[in-house]
Amino acid sequence: MIAIVDVCSGNLRSVERALAQAGGDVIVTRDPEVVRKADKIVVPGQGAFGVFMRGLVERGLGDSLREAIASGKPYLGICLGLQILFDESEEQGPCAGLGVIRGVVSRLHPGDPALKVPHMGWNRLVQRTRDPMLAGLDDDAHAYFVHSYHAVPVDLSLRIVEAAHGIPITAAIRKDNLFACQFHPEKSQHVGLRILRNFVEAA
Amino acid sequence: MLARRIIPCLDVKEGRVVKGINFVELRDAGDPVEQAAAYDAQGADEICYLDISASPEGRSTIIDVVRRTANQVFAPLTVGGGVRSVADAERLLEAGADKIAVNTAAIRDPALIAACAQRFGSQAIVVAVDAKRKAGGGWEIYSHGGRTPEGLDGLAWCREVADRGAGELLVTSMDRDGTGQGYDTELVRAVATAVTIPVIASGGVGELAHLASGLEAGADAVLAASIFHFGQHTIGEAKAFLAERGLAIRI
Repeated sequence: MIAIVDVCSGNLRSVERALAQAGGDVIVTRDPEVVRKADKIVVPGQGAFGVFMRGLVERGLGDSLREAIASGKPYLGICLGLQILFDESEEQGPCAGLGVIRGVVSRLHPGDPALKVPHMGWNRLVQRTRDPMLAGLDDDAHAYFVHSYHAVPVDLSLRIVEAAHGIPITAAIRKDNLFACQFHPEKSQHVGLRILRNFVEAA
Repeated sequence: MLARRIIPCLDVKEGRVVKGINFVELRDAGDPVEQAAAYDAQGADEICYLDISASPEGRSTIIDVVRRTANQVFAPLTVGGGVRSVADAERLLEAGADKIAVNTAAIRDPALIAACAQRFGSQAIVVAVDAKRKAGGGWEIYSHGGRTPEGLDGLAWCREVADRGAGELLVTSMDRDGTGQGYDTELVRAVATAVTIPVIASGGVGELAHLASGLEAGADAVLAASIFHFGQHTIGEAKAFLAERGLAIRI
């Protein structure tokens, strides 16, 4: 069973539908016990970091997520679901994250006034390494991004996919059982659906 | 590198698709969900619904349309029209919209922009701006679907809403909307220079070259309705044309 963690920050429907379409047995939940029992965890998220983290902590989900991650369960983070893995974010803060990955989430400064923030739209995925989650994607695969803050891991080797927006942006990270992406696979048409299918089909 | 976006817009009234010609003459063209799925299949970068229902009953139908769309379309969805409050925005986002667009309500109560941005993040908040040229130069902001002049300076209002937390601007030229004569590229250029958030150009597309002009004037995305809606061009044709012009496009 795949638990989709609902922190009340908007649209989970597309994630749920896309995973179900890929053959996943999914449940949308706010219950820490369900998260503990799930085989795989998905944390989608959009909105503001502080509001999201508060929602997690108030529901007791922070600890259950840390436990699930530590136990080696496959974890898929999307957007805020990536950012909350880090030590802290500048957004509405500084505000503490789960601290599973060393690094901070900071305001995006592309350095070129022609490049806008939020980084909003389709950008090419620059794949630094091969990863099972990226199986089936070609070199020109684009995905949909929408964010004003970006996560920079201290260990840059965790950043397995980048996107260029004036500076290299963390598009996806991999650390053991964790795969998390800044872009929205549930909004990235066939490219995103393939990534979600890879997650459902992974052992 | 970030690709420029092509956004087909569907005007929806009482749950059905229509296209306003200068916001008055309406033509029915079917189920919005089917249309959105077709645009998705053609590779649209995003889909926009503008709800122009007049009644509260009509407006409630958009929630169902959004829900059904999110069930089968895996592309970004923006919904505008009739959003008056944080609660209105929340209903649409929960139903499956990725972004909501506010227009008249933001003019009546500019604090709504910050309230929505705080709650959902700036990236979910588009402010739609209807601008019309002033006799002495510059642009004036209109509300209520382009009917009511507000006495607000176009560029000053765009800067203000960006400062208040809007994540994106949807800028429609009232002079060009429905004319097929192309975007008001001076307006697009002026707004794109005035703010640091993305700008969507809207109003006036009659041929593919107009999409290129909007992007070349500095728009991050171009929105069009009838050029796609009545089968004049597919999204794929538009993208091939723009890529040929050397613009960054996702094919």
